[in-house]
Amino acid sequence: MHELSLIANLFEILEKNAEENKAQKITYVKMQVGLLSGAVPELLKTAFDIYKKDTIAAEAEIEIIKVPLKVECGDCGQITTHDDYILFCGSCGSSNLKTLAGTDMILEKMELEIDSPS
Amino acid sequence: MGKKEILVLEDLLGSNNKIAADIRNQLTQKGILTINLLSSPGAGKTTLLEQLFTFLHPHYKMAVIEGDIETERDADRIRAQGIPAWQIMTGGACHLEAKMIGRLFPEIPPDLDFLFIENVGNLVCPASFDLGEHLRFVLLSTPEGDDKPKKYPKAFLTADSLVISKADLVPILPFDIDRAVREAEGMNPHLRTFITSSTTGMGLKELAEFLISRLKELRKNHA
Repeated sequence: MHELSLIANLFEILEKNAEENKAQKITYVKMQVGLLSGAVPELLKTAFDIYKKDTIAAEAEIEIIKVPLKVECGDCGQITTHDDYILFCGSCGSSNLKTLAGTDMILEKMELEIDSPS
Repeated sequence: MGKKEILVLEDLLGSNNKIAADIRNQLTQKGILTINLLSSPGAGKTTLLEQLFTFLHPHYKMAVIEGDIETERDADRIRAQGIPAWQIMTGGACHLEAKMIGRLFPEIPPDLDFLFIENVGNLVCPASFDLGEHLRFVLLSTPEGDDKPKKYPKAFLTADSLVISKADLVPILPFDIDRAVREAEGMNPHLRTFITSSTTGMGLKELAEFLISRLKELRKNHA
């Protein structure tokens, strides 16, 4: 269960952005989590809801998009997506694969409430 | 009150990876080959290090960073061999992070040959955190069962080397070495595998020679 550490990292990024924008509140957070990132989206959500109490994001909702594994074959050039790791290209059988997506945890966007200039 | 949407697109491990890259760069400049050891608790990481030192000591200078939830026990075992060791007590955290290594960095002697980082015993969480190592070893001990690589894919996918430990127990265990190695190497064709026993000494000389050759490579490439 390293999800709480990851959420602590997320909050560093969230709070930095909120401060730069002089926000009153963070109301919404959207993440992209790769199926092979090593983190469990459901546990990230639980960790977020525990961590957010008494922070600027106390009322924020989190949305987590699961990103499948996307690989490009270095031999035939075929790009394919998968729900599990794969060893060989589905088209030509080559093991020369390059991972394009599905292993990262990314904060995609956030919504803030900001005092309107009067 | 106005609403504002911000596109961030920042990796959650970005800050860890940045610190890790900086640590790796400094270790490379100093010519210190650094190895991050991953395994479940009790697979024999500390014992492997103790036995490995008998091949490397006194020709090479080594130090160890021990990661555990509590106690100095592992660091004490290493120090008993005359090897400097630092204990990081994570106080509950299931893995080491690059910033924990970074904090210790000023204390690490610059004339080392090898720095071993023994991660918290856990096959899941440590796999996600780059510590700035040059090589990642994953240990799989025979009592754990030969079906582990696919059950804990990230540890085996991110490792450079697979060390089967406690191989002397194979005659009394239902552990099929070929199956475990085939499965792990099938997932990660770049894995370099060693079949070892810290009790009989099996495979340890080969492992020590591998580390020495990688140390020479590191220094040749960055001389």
